Amino acid sequence: MSYRKDMIWLGCFFVLLMLAPAALPNNYFLTILILGCLHSLNAVGLCLLVGHAGQISLGHAGFYGLAAYASAWLSATAGWPVEASMLAGVALTVAVSFLIGMPSLKLKGHYLAMATLGFGIILSILFTETVDITGGPSGFVGIPRLSFFGREVKKDLALYRVVAGVLCLAVWLAFNLLHSRIGRALRALHTSEKAAQAMGVDIARYKLFVFVLSAAFSAVAGVLYAHYLTFIAPSSFGFMFSVELIVMVVLGGMVSVPGAIVGAFFVTVLPEFLRAFENIEVVLFGAILILCMMFMPDGMAGGWNRLWARVRRAWAARGASGAAHG
Amino acid sequence: MDPSSLLQYLITGLTLGSTYGLTALGFTIIFNTTGVINFAQGEFVMLGGMMSVYFTRVLGLGEPVAVVLAVVGATVAGALVERLAIRPVRDCPTINLIIITIGVSILIRGLAMLAWGKDTHVLEPFSGDRPIMVLGAAVMPQALWVLAVSLLLLAGLKAFFSGTIHGKAMLACSHDPKAASLVGIGVQRMVLLSFMISALVGAVGGVILTPITMTSYDVGIMLGLKGFAACILGGLGNPFGAAAGGVILGVLESLGAGFVSSAYKDALAFVILLALLFVKPSGLFGLKDTKRV
Repeated sequence: MSYRKDMIWLGCFFVLLMLAPAALPNNYFLTILILGCLHSLNAVGLCLLVGHAGQISLGHAGFYGLAAYASAWLSATAGWPVEASMLAGVALTVAVSFLIGMPSLKLKGHYLAMATLGFGIILSILFTETVDITGGPSGFVGIPRLSFFGREVKKDLALYRVVAGVLCLAVWLAFNLLHSRIGRALRALHTSEKAAQAMGVDIARYKLFVFVLSAAFSAVAGVLYAHYLTFIAPSSFGFMFSVELIVMVVLGGMVSVPGAIVGAFFVTVLPEFLRAFENIEVVLFGAILILCMMFMPDGMAGGWNRLWARVRRAWAARGASGAAHG
Repeated sequence: MDPSSLLQYLITGLTLGSTYGLTALGFTIIFNTTGVINFAQGEFVMLGGMMSVYFTRVLGLGEPVAVVLAVVGATVAGALVERLAIRPVRDCPTINLIIITIGVSILIRGLAMLAWGKDTHVLEPFSGDRPIMVLGAAVMPQALWVLAVSLLLLAGLKAFFSGTIHGKAMLACSHDPKAASLVGIGVQRMVLLSFMISALVGAVGGVILTPITMTSYDVGIMLGLKGFAACILGGLGNPFGAAAGGVILGVLESLGAGFVSSAYKDALAFVILLALLFVKPSGLFGLKDTKRV
């Protein structure tokens, strides 16, 4: 897509996000919208990493959790102001992702997947076992609500606007990045690392950059999550959440930022529709991953386009044969 | 530390380690014929354990029959995975294959949860639970079963790969699938066979471990990951490295749990995994093959 189209899409998306609460019957849906935005924030970062740079990560739930716990601890236990602890939480996560990314991204394919997965699991074990700091399996309670300069963002609607604004900012950043020299370099190294290297692309640096950037997106989502819910538990940041993030990106067609957002909202809303069938979403997520990768590697939009083209072709053929008979 | 508790930890580690080794062998067999790391390997282990529980508890079958049926069931599951999820996408980029096998693993886990619930189950030990005292350490009879069955399976696989025409054909596929198909080996059939054998090996590991550690629908993630850590430890692609890697990992884990902290027992395996991946991805017994890494 051209830059202009991307920006128009972003503008429409922003307006839609701002208007959406007016169409909702009650506050419960607002919660889903906020979570949807936070998941989207994660998914956009991961889309850059997985879809554009072609590097997988099964550990982003760990970054999400690390930032959430760091900010929660700093604000609730150490008594820092919320803004400062959020910044510190993101900074810490960025630093950790840099340290972990440097050796990990030398690995390819399965090795990278396993390294990030292993790292994610180590973090989730830490969240569960360091009971003195994190509250252990029962969770961290009493996190202060999001506030700016001493003024607490009390209403969910106001908090939603903040989260939606941050999401749009992140999408704007992602679009600009993809249309820049960095975006081209990422696509080049996805196609062929050797060719990219021969053209003078410093592949190690770009991979690390996009890894850290995607971790930063997750970190921002993580701190907002902690100060929105004011309660976090390790089960939200486990391996399953990393897989859900991959499901979002895959549903969106891997390379599409808007697709990743649609995927994120889909995965967020899906369990609400499946309340009647307990626990079935795990099965569905598995099936989605397999079927998407097999039949629509370019995501829901691509699958729909192809289906539509097929229907149109069938129509055209029928019309032609009808004309011949007539 | 006194020698008898050290011995106790060593025996526990060896027992756990043999099942990690069996899981690692499963990874290796599939990796060697297809170049795919099967993220659903741990689920085969889970299926072995859960099915044998299901067959004894719910259907009331005798344990030997239940165990055989469970292993057969998991083997069929392995064949289904290959036919339905892997074969249609053989030529996809690695990242797609990773995502598909993750999808398979989640799907199997989810189905197991729907079918058998979220409870933790135990299986009766094969020959009682009266410990045998060896130099002050208590050895459960089940631990002997685990060691014996693992060794037997290892010997069986060795005989299969070096002594039978199918085993040799699979080895040929691992060297060069194109050349193998030129000399008349049905590569696709060998890939199917490799999934079945690997599911079988995993399921046997699951069955013999269940009386010791219990099982539930979600044990597959941890076992699978530890199996993979064992693979890397022994050098990916090297079957005996994988088995040895499993034993080493099991012993380290058990010593770590005994002398350092049992809360971080699971984390230790992954710290070892990461350290190895960062420093020596070719493993302890692996050839220096930078292409794969």
